[in-house]
Amino acid sequence: MDQSSSAGGDRRRARPAAHELARYEALFAARTRGMKSSAMREMMALTERPDVISLAGGLPDTSTFSPELYAKLMSQVAASSTARALQYGPTEGMAATARCIVEVMAQEGTLADPSEVIVTTGGQQVIDLVCKALIDPGDVIVAEAPTYPGAVPTFSAYQADVEQIEIDADGMPIDALESTLDRLQAEGRRPKFIYTIPNFQNPGGVTMSLARRRRLVQVARERELLVLEDNPYGLLRYEGEPLPTLYSLDAENASPQSGGGGSDLVVYLGTFSKILSPGLRLGWAVAPRPVLEKLNLGKQGSDLCSSPVTQMFVAAYFAERDADGRPAWIAYVERLRDLYRRRRDVMLEALEEHFGGRASWTRPEGGLFIWATLEGNVDTTDLLARSEGVAFVPGRAAYMDGRRGSSSMRLNFAGVPDADIREGIKRIGRIMGGDKGLLGTLTGTAPAASPAPASTASEPEPDEPTSLADVVALPRRDAADAHTARRRRDR
Amino acid sequence: MSDPRKVAVLKGGGSLERTVSLRSGARAQQALSRLGHDVIAIDAGPELVRQLHECQADAAFMALHGRDGEDGTVQGLLEAIGVPYTGSGPAACMRCTDKALAKYLMQEAGIPTPDFTAIKETAIKELGVAAALPDIERRLGFPLVVKPASQGSALGVKFARSSVELPQAIVGALSYDRKALIERYVKGRDLAVSVLDGSAGPVALPVVEAIPREEEFYNYESRYEIGMTTFVCPAELPPDTTELAQELALDAYKLLGCHGVARVDLMLDADTGALSVLETNVGPGLTETSLLPLAADAAGIGFDDLVARILGSAFTR
Repeated sequence: MDQSSSAGGDRRRARPAAHELARYEALFAARTRGMKSSAMREMMALTERPDVISLAGGLPDTSTFSPELYAKLMSQVAASSTARALQYGPTEGMAATARCIVEVMAQEGTLADPSEVIVTTGGQQVIDLVCKALIDPGDVIVAEAPTYPGAVPTFSAYQADVEQIEIDADGMPIDALESTLDRLQAEGRRPKFIYTIPNFQNPGGVTMSLARRRRLVQVARERELLVLEDNPYGLLRYEGEPLPTLYSLDAENASPQSGGGGSDLVVYLGTFSKILSPGLRLGWAVAPRPVLEKLNLGKQGSDLCSSPVTQMFVAAYFAERDADGRPAWIAYVERLRDLYRRRRDVMLEALEEHFGGRASWTRPEGGLFIWATLEGNVDTTDLLARSEGVAFVPGRAAYMDGRRGSSSMRLNFAGVPDADIREGIKRIGRIMGGDKGLLGTLTGTAPAASPAPASTASEPEPDEPTSLADVVALPRRDAADAHTARRRRDR
Repeated sequence: MSDPRKVAVLKGGGSLERTVSLRSGARAQQALSRLGHDVIAIDAGPELVRQLHECQADAAFMALHGRDGEDGTVQGLLEAIGVPYTGSGPAACMRCTDKALAKYLMQEAGIPTPDFTAIKETAIKELGVAAALPDIERRLGFPLVVKPASQGSALGVKFARSSVELPQAIVGALSYDRKALIERYVKGRDLAVSVLDGSAGPVALPVVEAIPREEEFYNYESRYEIGMTTFVCPAELPPDTTELAQELALDAYKLLGCHGVARVDLMLDADTGALSVLETNVGPGLTETSLLPLAADAAGIGFDDLVARILGSAFTR
């Protein structure tokens, strides 16, 4: 090709590769390299359409909150405290809000000292602030596998090395935790904290047993590690006995001279998002004082303070009493519990009907999520692409490497009405069915997926006994493989 | 600079590349405004035709990626309602979007492209294609790359190392399209050559090389992921390789009947040093990290200039 047909000729030499990307590349922080926008996330953005039944979000059902009460509380805040509501507030949060937080934690049997509370902008900010305070690039965080998908980008942004420990029906196995810690020690790497969601884990739906909780705080104590206990759903228990928080278990062990009688190695994360509203953007941390001070400094740099408007809204709401003189917020949580319990049961029933025999799933005692794992090597990201009008979170989102968990999906049962849950699960089941038929046809373990005329569907292979004629029209690989395949299907 | 026009920027839409398209569109809008044009942004949805009728634009600037925007659907629609638009026409869009068709055409025309087979979902269900898999495997050899015939992003692109992995990879790819492409894997360097129409006909821009950050043989998907890849432009290649890559890109561009702008992806075989064309994209991205603006910049064509040239293609069909 001659130079004239290539625009990269003389002018290129005049401007040597001073292209835009390189300009920005030189300015970007090293940590942005870990912040990736995956194709899967692009696809999930696409499912945020009104015609799609979304079982993907982490949404509570805010339509259950009384509009009259909302209006009343907002005007109350507006009328009685205009100047304060519109002003900056203290970084650690308003005292009235801290008292509400102590009240919420007391409902779970956890005693917290209001002076050890920091009010944050959603629970998410706690994860960010804890990383900001503790993590240098390359430091280790031990988390569960799968873990909260929303923590993944935060951990990545701080360039943490995350070790994920596969959970089972009782949460994080402490044996596996200990051997991971041993290995890390042998490698000369020191984890900074253990991140766990003990109640109705997101996305796994499982709850850490009491025995494991006790051992976890013991291990943390022995090894002098912090634990970040993420507990957004603790009050949303639909069955079974509530278990003590890690924070309260450790507080029992804490030495009296260590301070306010709280835990000295558990950082507790709570939020109003699931028991009241995520739109308020209010969460909190309760932490040992030295850690609390660092969180406070970090928060000053992040956003100075969380919104006084919504903090005052919470304080006003917690002062409300229902007709029987009981706190209105507790009555509301009870209503949510009844509603979500029913929705969980609707989803479990729908799963039985539409996923039965093709997947396994968790049966959460509370929270918002069910974790379903499909048989075979099905990639749920692909399934999502095939799905018409239904969305879920592909399992990969819950793993740091974005690859493991590919056969699983997180399903939210709390945010949508019963009929949508049934229809959504039915739609996913239908796509799975189509895929499985197709795969069966390709691997020779099932007849052609679409109904074909009987004469062609059952045309036997010349050397096949006629009794097997309905099994497979497309044997491939060697005879032994075909034999196994047939046996598998017969089971 | 050209006369001020009323330009409708078409972006978003319902494809899997919606987010990228919105970013491409936003950047095109800014550039068009700076160029003095009257810009109307349209998110391609059910109101598309009504909005186009209402705004009475002189031209539609195509910033759509993926389904509808790149496969000729919207182009055909624009022809029907008589709105000039940037980039390739419906037939070229269809030829490029269907990677199997594009590869068959290239094979016929003698443009090197990795050996492949295309499988349709219906053929699996109704024509017993499964029985042909051993033949396909034998002919192409492992490892194989399986991808949806019409998908432009990393989604659905799978790597199959053995017979065991192939069926699920095919089913995965068929989640995105009714047709899957099974292609011989070429180990080597990823190159991209953008082609831009000018007054003297189409011109190949400098070659971009995409270098995956992690040298992970089996992690084919990461090659397509933002942040997982570093781009070098102009690619560090021997002059004759650069020239041949640009020549092949122009050949593919012309063969497929592209107009205005396109990006041609190529592989440089690490073992043989041979170049081959993988695919041609008629709707290349215009984001900060997209390859077309990068290549244009290396050729001394700034972003606004690039957008002006692409807009020009609406009036030279």
